[in-house]
Amino acid sequence: MEVLDIIKPENQVFCKTKLMTGCSLSYCPGCGHGTAHNLTMEVIDEMGIVEDTIGVAPVGCSVLAYDFMNVDMTQAAHGRAPAVATAISRLWPEKYVFTYQGDGDLAAIGTAETIHACNRGENIVIIFVNNGIYGMTGGQMAPTTLEGMKSSTSPYGRDIETMGSPLKITELIANLPGVYYVTRQSVHTHKHVRKAKKAIRKAFENIKLRKGLSFVEIVSNCNSGWKMTPTESNIWMEENMFPYFPLGDIKVDGKLK
Amino acid sequence: MAKVQGAIVVDTEVCKGCEVCMPVCLENVIKMSKEVNRKGYHYAYMDKPEACTGCTNCAIVCPDRALSVYRVKIPA
Repeated sequence: MEVLDIIKPENQVFCKTKLMTGCSLSYCPGCGHGTAHNLTMEVIDEMGIVEDTIGVAPVGCSVLAYDFMNVDMTQAAHGRAPAVATAISRLWPEKYVFTYQGDGDLAAIGTAETIHACNRGENIVIIFVNNGIYGMTGGQMAPTTLEGMKSSTSPYGRDIETMGSPLKITELIANLPGVYYVTRQSVHTHKHVRKAKKAIRKAFENIKLRKGLSFVEIVSNCNSGWKMTPTESNIWMEENMFPYFPLGDIKVDGKLK
Repeated sequence: MAKVQGAIVVDTEVCKGCEVCMPVCLENVIKMSKEVNRKGYHYAYMDKPEACTGCTNCAIVCPDRALSVYRVKIPA
């Protein structure tokens, strides 16, 4: 069969979701943010909750998420997305409220807001994209930067004695009783993407149960910040990030795994 | 057994040539073009269109969702 005979509307099995606007993504080629954005929107589309969803964009690479995600969005001060999401979900308890944050936003300046929102067990979803670096501002060291990893503010590699250990914030918040679901996923291959989508779907479904906060970490690459090609950065991520940030569910239905 | 044949359509202006779709394609269908788009990126194209099974692996890992996938079943 000729290719042109296959390319017909009735044969289409995959296309971009309508919940992403036509704006071209501002992310570097190969960045996991784009996939994470699309997965979130695909889940909201499939669940049919577009009218009831409110997102909170952070500060960082994904600050422009409100331009890309075609749902109601607001934007919070640096690190304060969980606080803003708390207010929204308390004023409109029936709405699906989510925050989309990076590691510099969630695990550095916003640590207090994150931990307290988790501890209060707010009925929101936090999507946390961890790439181990401050991508937007030029590749500075983040709390999640690995030991020995070079960044523009740790040019000789992160030294544990002076700079401390990489922060496993996901494990930290999993211990809080207010948190109902905690998982760590990745989006660099098709298998990981499918698992991550299921995890995001479960997180949004948990909002209906009103049992507590759902937290989805997505370990992503930052090829510009890591000074690699996208393919190299994905391999580097598998070899270096995953041993320290192992993938999988950490807390399911309120019980630690 | 029914054979499955697929095809992808690349939005060449959206594709950023990151090559993330290449290693996940089990049939090695995708390659990067020598030409560049308006932004200066090499974009993906089907090098072996007859081998495509329309599995959507490439499309779901594409950060920019530049790919749409089509699939037909061909009765044996």
